Formats: sequence, structure tokens, C-alpha cells
Amino acid sequence: MWAYYVALALRSSGRSKALTALVIVLLAFGVSACMVSYAVFRATTSDPLPAKSSRLFVPQIDNFGPSYTWQNEPPDTLSYIDAVALWKARKARRQTLLYPAIWQVESVDQTTPVMSMHGDAVTADFFPMFDVPFRYGSGWTPHDDAQHASVVVISRHLNERLFHDQNSIGQEIQLDGKLFRIIGVLDRWNPRPRFYDLGSFGSNSNHAFDNAGDIYIPFTRATDMKKDSTSTSGCPTKSGQMDTSNWGAYLNSECDRIDAWVELATPGGVQRYREFLRNYAEEQQHLGRFAWSPNVRLRNLMRWMTHLQVTPRASTLSMLVSASFLLVVLVNVIGLMLARFMRRAPEIGIRRALGASRAAIYRQFLVEGATMGFVGGMLGVALTMLGLWGIGGLFESKIARLVHVDASLLSLTVVVAVIATVISALYPTWRAAQTQPAWQIKINN
Amino acid sequence: MAFSRAYMQLRPIIVALGRHKVATMLIVLQVALTLAVTSNALFIVATRIVHQSRATGTDEAHLFVIRNKWTIGQSTTLIHADIRTDLHALRHVAGVRDAFSSNDFPLAGYGESGISTRLKVKPDQAKRPQFAMVYAADVHAIDTLGVSLIAGRNFRPDEVGSIGPDGTLASPDIIITRSLARKLFPDGHALGKTVYLPGGPTTIIGIVDRLQGPLSVTRSSDGDSVLVPAHYIDPAGVVYLIRTAPKAAMGPVITAALRALQSRSGLRIIDPERGIVTMSEARAHAYATDRNVSLLMSILSGMLLLATAGGIVGLSSFWVSQRRRQIGIRRSLGASSGDILRYFHVENFLIVSGGIFPGVVLAVLANLGLMKAFYPMNRMPLSIPLLGALLLWVLGQLAVWGPARHAARVPPVVAIRAD
Repeated sequence: MWAYYVALALRSSGRSKALTALVIVLLAFGVSACMVSYAVFRATTSDPLPAKSSRLFVPQIDNFGPSYTWQNEPPDTLSYIDAVALWKARKARRQTLLYPAIWQVESVDQTTPVMSMHGDAVTADFFPMFDVPFRYGSGWTPHDDAQHASVVVISRHLNERLFHDQNSIGQEIQLDGKLFRIIGVLDRWNPRPRFYDLGSFGSNSNHAFDNAGDIYIPFTRATDMKKDSTSTSGCPTKSGQMDTSNWGAYLNSECDRIDAWVELATPGGVQRYREFLRNYAEEQQHLGRFAWSPNVRLRNLMRWMTHLQVTPRASTLSMLVSASFLLVVLVNVIGLMLARFMRRAPEIGIRRALGASRAAIYRQFLVEGATMGFVGGMLGVALTMLGLWGIGGLFESKIARLVHVDASLLSLTVVVAVIATVISALYPTWRAAQTQPAWQIKINN
Repeated sequence: MAFSRAYMQLRPIIVALGRHKVATMLIVLQVALTLAVTSNALFIVATRIVHQSRATGTDEAHLFVIRNKWTIGQSTTLIHADIRTDLHALRHVAGVRDAFSSNDFPLAGYGESGISTRLKVKPDQAKRPQFAMVYAADVHAIDTLGVSLIAGRNFRPDEVGSIGPDGTLASPDIIITRSLARKLFPDGHALGKTVYLPGGPTTIIGIVDRLQGPLSVTRSSDGDSVLVPAHYIDPAGVVYLIRTAPKAAMGPVITAALRALQSRSGLRIIDPERGIVTMSEARAHAYATDRNVSLLMSILSGMLLLATAGGIVGLSSFWVSQRRRQIGIRRSLGASSGDILRYFHVENFLIVSGGIFPGVVLAVLANLGLMKAFYPMNRMPLSIPLLGALLLWVLGQLAVWGPARHAARVPPVVAIRAD
């Protein structure tokens, strides 16, 4: 029976070619516009660490006070004082402090020219916390952190440039003129978005889709070297200028420049850590450092990305406009379907007169709608692929290259097309099913 | 004449539309939605195009930048001497008109050594001081940038000092842009006035017409720049801004300038990929998002308008085919084919008009929603949805033209033929 309805649908489509073609083309464009936007949106909102993103949290402490915060939100990064205090408290299973920096990299024998490379100053837990893969060696230990050890973990890319991808563990390189021993070489690692030092760059920055850095050295060692963060740190002063007359003043200032992460395994642990943060801020208030009541946050990775508005505005806007486009297309399709079905009132009348039930008419026309939706969806698949191919011209290359076609996207295209068409066919079908058998026959003959 | 004949048809048209309530409502709804979406999308496009076509005030076609990083371990004294030697060398490269060193350059975006400051008009000012971006400059800065000094004078060589990344910003005199001058002194008398940098009082000795800061996103204060007579002494690096002579091709000048710098090796790192930026590259990069958003919105709006036109064509042709007998009767009763044509055009005009009012309301509501969700976004002037309405009227008339012409060709004899 279903196959018969599909055949009927195709035959009737043959009779009103233009209307059918219009419906299918409109559907295909509407659905594919949505799918292309969705593919970009999906790429820019994807979870960079699905296995454990719900266990990674960013603590925030308001050390600026109500007169310097934006909408009472604590700053995105911590001051050196707070960061080190949280780190030393060891109230979470794992915790890391980090900040982005640029290093001058030289090989010991100076066979390669001096390079300037990005990386992060991090603590030992960084590597296990973020599931960073190693090609050779490993990260360092908390002991190395305590010793301010001159050890470094380099990216595979840098290892290829300096050591031709050979195992370079134990070799030395110079960073900003100081010798560092290589203890680990990363395998390919490029989380998207680059979530871990996002706080340093603040919201709405383009940084989120940059490549991961090439150099990782202990936070304590970097601080010894007076290595500054590459981000612009916020400093709550009346003049708006940083209080950075010397390094010590900078470290002891309220300038925020350090990203902090904690790993908390259980909801109870999260609750306890939140309590701990509040207590810490309260203590600072009692000590007279904060002249305001505790204002702290503890967001997990995905919430953190939402808070920082990582998704490019262009992507969200295109999602909105494409969705409205599909809506307009569907209103359109309802009208066209209505025209198409009403035109066949005589046919329905005869079928009804010959004993077809209303339910049969419903079935027939909904199948017809679904068939058109399917054909529109197939055309939509082709247009989606074409659109994704052309996406490079519409989005920045570092975002465009994240966008990909996969089976789930293409099947979603067809599913959305079919469901949308069936929904738009509901009203026209209801109207068709209302056709009175005898009346139609009389009028037309 | 044609108008009055069309007017006479109004009543029958409205009565006829009443018999196609749902189909009519669908087109009305579609017009309203299309108007709401396209006017907002086109408003975004217009804003972005205006935004990205702003001039920096500099001679962009002849300007390029070298991001020069210093190798580690050089003292500030050495760096200062190196900058002077470098500038001397750069200014003598064939094809170079002028050059100066700074902390940042127009449209560089975040991530360079941007120095923002706040300028007070009174030393004990309670009101939040005026925000501005700072460029380290010297005697050659105005000529290199190609900005025009509209009042006051340029710096003198003896005034040029030095600033570093950690010091407090201070200078006995500064040159500011016109837009900043107007914000500081709305009465128009900024020249010669004293304002207060974080490091103390300073005199405005010159005003340049226009000079965009490194930012391209703040919109209202992107053009508020301050030139401070100083060399920027930062162990991390410096940027050299170089203006080529009018007839010199930029490529060879860049190569020659790099060669001139690298003749003294070991001092610096110039990244092979990101080290050299022409002003046009900086512009393309700074406004990439604006360009992409406007392109995307234009494509989607175009598709939306086409979809609406397609819908009107589809439904109108259906109506025409449904009313063949009715049209035939009217023709045999003496209606001219022009009357039939007008009937459909007037009908379409009425339906589209029915969608315009809710469409305008919806457009304004959508704009308010967007303003909330995407700060900063401006309020859309009412002229945009009205322009959109005009567009939809024209589009509707064009879309119905085909089916209407088809209807006008229906011969009177159809009336007596059984369909």
C-alpha cells in the first residue's frame, strides 16, 4: 500500500511539474542553508575534551570589586596571589595554573636559526588533566614544579624542526637564552577550541581557534624568569594603567593574568570546592584585601566556553538567519502543497466515493509530502556539500577548516527535510481529507 | 484611468481573497517573515560595510610594517641605539619615503603591544576619563603615516624621549586626533590645552585629521589616538612602519628593507610568515569577520527573497488555473485583458501590503532581540524595513507578472467550455 502511495505521489508530481519542482527546490535550499550553518556552528561549539569536560572546572575569584567588574562577573583569570593560593591548597584531585607566553627558541649547537614560538607556562597536572598525548617521554612531576626545574615539553612540530622527529628526550634547547632539558615530546595535539588558556584572551577574541603552542615549561620556572603572559591582563586601578613598575610589584598586584583549572570527579567534590572558594574569598575579605563579600564562580569546561562566547558571532547569526529562512520556506511549502492538493479535489472525491476512508487519504497525502521531502532532502544533500565546499570564502580559514561533512550531517539533512515537509503537509492534507465525495463528482461532471 | 479601473476592482478582489483565506494568510505571513528577516540581515550588512570601509587616515596603499623582535638579553640602552640605527638604515633604502618605530600599528588588532590610556581634562576629574590608544611616534611619524596635521605643529627632534611597556605613560606634549579632541573639548578648542596622562600633565601641540588605532571593533572610539613623542623600548620587540615612495613597487622595497635590517644579524627575529604586514593585509585581516558576515547575510537574504518570490509565483499560477472559467466569463462580459492583468497586480499589492505592517513590527522586535543578544548592535532605523517593504512590493509585482499575463491571455470562449 505504501509503495502504491509513493507511486501515486510521483505520478501526480509528473502532472504539476512546475509546482513540484518549486517545492523541492525551495526545500532543498532551506534545508541546506540550515545544514551549512549548523555544520559551522557544530564545529565551533564542539566539546574539545568529550571524555572529561564535565569534570574540568575553572575557578574564578572577584579580586576587582564591584566598581571594576563588568555586570558583577569576576574576571576570567586569577591574580598571581589567588592562583598560587588555590594551587597550594590542593583541594582538588588535580589542579593546574597556566598562562600563554612567547619564547625565543634556539638549538644548543645553533644549527637552526633563532625562532620565536608560542607556548604556555603550566604546572605538572596540565598533561594528565587535559589528556595530552605524548610521542616520547612524559610531562614533569609536582616535584619538578617545586624545584623550579629547567625542563621542557615540546610539540611534535618543534621536534620535527629541531630533531627530525627523532627521540630527543634528554637533549637540551635554549629558551630565552636559558638551557632546558627536554623531558617530553607531544604527539599531534590541537584541541578545538583551544580551551585551556582562553581565559587569558578574554571573550570575543579570535584566539579560540588558534593552533596549540609548541613550548611547555614549569609555571614556577617561568615566573622565576619573569616571563610575562602574552595576554593583556586586566588591572583594577583608577588610572586604568597597570601597576607594574617591577616584577615583584606585578606579582603582588591585583592584575589578573593566570588561567586556573581544577579536576573534580564527583558532584559532592564540586560542591566542596565551591565552598572552599567562597571561604577563601571570605578570608580575604576578613584580611581586608577584598572590601566586598565573596563573589566566586566555578564553571565546567562547556559552561566556560559559553561564558566566554567562543562561538564566532558570524556563526550564531547565520544559524539564526538560516533557521528563519527554513521557516519562511516551510510557510511557502504549506501554500504550495495546499494548491497542489486542492487541485486534486476531483481525484480525492472519486477515491472517497469508491470507498477510500479519510485515514487512507491522510496516508496518501502524508506519504506524498514525505516523498517530496525526501527528494528535496537528497537535493539538499548535494547543496549542503556544495555549500560546505564554498565555506572557505565565508569564514576565516582557521574556522572553515574545522567544518567537515560526515554521514550524520547528511542523514540529518534528509531527516530534517522529510520531517519539515510532513509537518507542512499536515494542514493541506487535512483540507484534502475534508473533500466531500459526492459533491466533487457532481460539480465537475 | 487605469488607476480608477483598478480601484473599482478593489471590492471584488477583497471578496475573492476572503474565499482563499488560508492561502492568502500564508502569503501574508511569508511576506511578514521575509521582511523581518531580510531587513535585519540587510541592516547588519549595511552596518558592516560602513564599518569596514572606514579609512584609517593613513596612506594605506604605500604603508607596510615590520614586526621586529629583539633577541634575548639586550639592554634597553642597546635596543634604543639599535632602533635609531635601524631607522636610519630603513630611511635610506631605495624606494622608502619615510619610516618610524612604534609599539603598534593601525588595524593590528589585539595581541600587539597596544597601549591604551585614559586622558583627564582636570587633574582631579571624577568623571571616567576619556579612553584612547597610544602610538609611540617621532618627527617622522606624521609623514610616514601620511596623516594630515590640521592644527598645531609636529614634534621636534629634541622632544622625542622613550617609553617602555612597564613605565607610567608621561610626556610633556602630545598630538591627538580630531575625534579625540572633540571628545575632550566639545567646544572645539583643544589645541594648546593641558590634559592629564597617568604620568602627569601634557600639552596638546597638534591635531591630526584622522588616525585609526590598532583596534577595529570598538566602533565609537577606534579613531581616538594619541601620538606620544617617544621611541618604544621593549625587550620583546618594536614595529617599524615604512612608507614607500609614490612610484615604488612595494615588493622590492620590502625585500630591500629586510636586507637592510638583517645586515646586522643576531639582534632580531623577524618571523618569516607574520613578520611583514602590508596595510592592505592588515585591513583584510582586521575586517575579515565583517566581510564574512556581510557576504553570508547577503546570500541568505537573496535566497530568502527568491523563495518568497517563488512562493508568490507558485500560488498565483495556481489561482490563475483555478479561475480560468471565472476569467473567461469576465472576458466575455467585456473585461479587457488589461483589466485581468490589473486584477492580479492589485490583488498581489493588497496581499503584500497585508504582510508589510506585521512585517515591520516583527522586524523592529527582531532588531531589539538582536541588540540584546549581540552587543554592540545599533537600533535599526525605520527606513530600512520601509525600504524592505518597497522591495517586497516590487518583488511581488514582478512575481505575479508571469501568472497575470497568463491569465490575461485566457480567451473569452473558455467561459462556455466545460472544464
